[in-house]
Amino acid sequence: MQFWIIQFLNSLALGGLLFLLSSGFSLIFGLMRLANLTHGAFFMVGAYIGASLLRQRVVGMDLWLAALLAGIALAALGGLLERLVLRRLAGNSLGQVLVTLGVAFILSDACLLVWGGDPIPVPTPRALARPIFFAGLAFPTYRLVVIVVSVVVAVGLHALLERTRIGAMIRAGVDDMPIARAVGIRVSRLFTAVFCLGAGLAGAAGVLGGPIFSAYPGLDADMLPLALIVVILGGVGSLAGAFVGSFIIGAIYTFGSTLFPDLAYFILFLPMIVVIAYRPEGLFGRIAA
Amino acid sequence: MSRASLILALTALVALALLPFYAGEYFINLASQILIAAIFASSLNLLVGYGGLTSLGHAAFVGVSAYVFAWLTTHAGAGPAVAAAAALVGATIVACVFGLVALRATGLGFLMITLAFSQILWGLAYRWASVTNGDNGISGIPRFSPFGLSLDGAAAFYWFTLALCVIAFAAIAAFASSAFGAALRGTRDEPRRMAALGHDVRLIRWITFVYAGFWAGVAGLLYVNYNKFIHPSAMSITNSAEGLLAVIAGGSGTLAGPIVGATLIMLLKNYVSAYVERWNMLLGFVFVAIVLIAPDGVIPGLRRAAARIRGGRK
Amino acid sequence: MTTPALFIDNLHKRFGGLPATRDVTMRVAQGERRLVIGPNGAGKTTLFNQITGDIAPTSGAIYLFGADVTRLSPAQRAHRGIARTYQIITLFQKDTLEHNVMLALLGLSRRRFDILRPLSRFPDMRAAAREALALVGLDGAADRTVSALAYGEKRRLEIALALAQKPKLLLLDEPMAGLSLEERKSVKSLIASIPRTTTLVMIEHDMDTALDLADAVTLLHYGKVLVDGSPQAVISDPQTREVYLGV
Repeated sequence: MQFWIIQFLNSLALGGLLFLLSSGFSLIFGLMRLANLTHGAFFMVGAYIGASLLRQRVVGMDLWLAALLAGIALAALGGLLERLVLRRLAGNSLGQVLVTLGVAFILSDACLLVWGGDPIPVPTPRALARPIFFAGLAFPTYRLVVIVVSVVVAVGLHALLERTRIGAMIRAGVDDMPIARAVGIRVSRLFTAVFCLGAGLAGAAGVLGGPIFSAYPGLDADMLPLALIVVILGGVGSLAGAFVGSFIIGAIYTFGSTLFPDLAYFILFLPMIVVIAYRPEGLFGRIAA
Repeated sequence: MSRASLILALTALVALALLPFYAGEYFINLASQILIAAIFASSLNLLVGYGGLTSLGHAAFVGVSAYVFAWLTTHAGAGPAVAAAAALVGATIVACVFGLVALRATGLGFLMITLAFSQILWGLAYRWASVTNGDNGISGIPRFSPFGLSLDGAAAFYWFTLALCVIAFAAIAAFASSAFGAALRGTRDEPRRMAALGHDVRLIRWITFVYAGFWAGVAGLLYVNYNKFIHPSAMSITNSAEGLLAVIAGGSGTLAGPIVGATLIMLLKNYVSAYVERWNMLLGFVFVAIVLIAPDGVIPGLRRAAARIRGGRK
Repeated sequence: MTTPALFIDNLHKRFGGLPATRDVTMRVAQGERRLVIGPNGAGKTTLFNQITGDIAPTSGAIYLFGADVTRLSPAQRAHRGIARTYQIITLFQKDTLEHNVMLALLGLSRRRFDILRPLSRFPDMRAAAREALALVGLDGAADRTVSALAYGEKRRLEIALALAQKPKLLLLDEPMAGLSLEERKSVKSLIASIPRTTTLVMIEHDMDTALDLADAVTLLHYGKVLVDGSPQAVISDPQTREVYLGV
């Protein structure tokens, strides 16, 4: 029982982190028709920044502040990438995807250069390190907090999209870009804003995932395909799709790893094949990827 | 093929065939690696250049073929000939299945699905240690010895690779220039019109995907025989991306382009990596540079320049 | 009564909540030349796309010479004898005119699966392609690339691709759109010369030119068939005057 509870919370925590990662990917794709293959690297760079900040024992530095700072740093990095490079390739979606892949290689190797090849553990905040005991069972506190944070972010993003002016503009852009342009939405700024938001979320998610995964070379290559599968599953441009897809993949991956440790990766095929075969636009998508 | 390019190709072939007589072992081995990379890039070019289907997972077929060969020869006691046949069958079957799913999409969707697929196989190679030996890889793989000839020497292996390479290029070139290849280019340019004209667009793409997967499997077979070792990184996104970069840098949709591109990239990899161990970073920079500066590749770029010079003379 | 070439039975198509085709029933006899008219957004091209299989109807059925083709793919329908042209020119821009027509011929030939021999090895197909180009007066331009053609020539090539296939049912989507008066006349005589073994359905805005080509006219409005009958009957119908001629 204890074992399954922990597995269940692990799967939800992974799902939450995947949501932080894939919601940005999905919004960027939906709005800009841009498959940002740098997204896994953003996550990894975030994890390394978090690890460094926390290990430096800067006074008053805690995980949340580190996540915030990493988020801001990656939002800035994402903004630069979008403004300086991707902007030049507007309309050339293949060129854009290749550039993001190139930048992903550069970032990944830069991390190796700066932080070396050994995994760097990220300490769990002391206050959250002890499990909560309830009804004679232990619940890992940090994972509960990650789940709560991801749900709070999901609610926040939903509110941003549905309740604010900028959200309305993003939705208009996802649904019909020419119309959005025609009604006077400043698409260029919107692109930068959404790209920064997505990059920032990925960076912050890297820090929050730190105590669970730690920071290691190859973290980017582990996370990117999971985010891709979430988006393929949930449908591009859909927040609800990213949310549901994240928790489905989190559960399949976690329980798959427990029950069939050799084949966990392979099991990820199954939901993907089923969805692509019967609903190529994804569970919640309106446009085919 | 024009007369000039035919003469050029034959001259190059003779020069390549005689290479072991005038080059040292290091260069012979480098040439073998270039030929293998060229087969891989040429097979990918069928999808990217002729079909307009940008795959970021083509290394998966190299990996499947290599792992099947490695496992059968080291664990199952199969002879190299049987293992080689099984490896190609394996790569082709995986291509059949992948193609069915991935070709539900085109464009970025196709790219994302092929990437996800190959990453799943890559992850499987790491985790399924009971079969793949995980991160340690499978070593001690014997080279095949066709008709009893040992390929353990650098020159012997090189000649064998060259022979297979010629067959592969001939087969890929024939495919691309055939009536089917014309239809394939049609589906790249105007898929809707092609369907209305009676062409089975999905079927055309699927056949191409499987054919390209088969030849990538041939490249994988040579790869594992060359290295006598296989590691999950053979299927990594870096390898798929190297192939794609070779296609684009050389000029996609041209027969010679991927060969030129593969040569450039392998030379770069070998020489630069000798000084700095930052191949991934360099690969990344080359990607960005090619897309921003020479998006249609080196060969069309050179051809444009040549035309300009010729035009200037007139 | 013989089987109609095209029988559309109670066809409905909704995009999201918006109906694009509403309860369309149409019968086109073999050898007939039918003109489909209607204001912009009336659902004419959407109807064509359902006949060719590019779009699946929400409900209803389409019969080609008595056979239900509703579930067939566009390629399968092409093999059953449907050919079409596009309102927005859809040609292989980088290739020669001859190559364009050969792709049309290849679509219906088993040779499309020949992975060894190039198109240049099929002289009979090449001759047929030149013949089709001659029909539209483009045989002199066979070796030029499409992108080098004038707009009016591209319109004629659109028709050549369809005619090369010797279709049983030919759908022409605004074949005269954007043409000068002179060019329209030549396209008109080209269409008039299509043998009666090919049944013709044509969308065209230029009523002055198209009307006397037609045996019958169908007026679509908001996805519905409003009036259906002989050219004179449709023209003089008050509903036509109201919605289409704006009188």
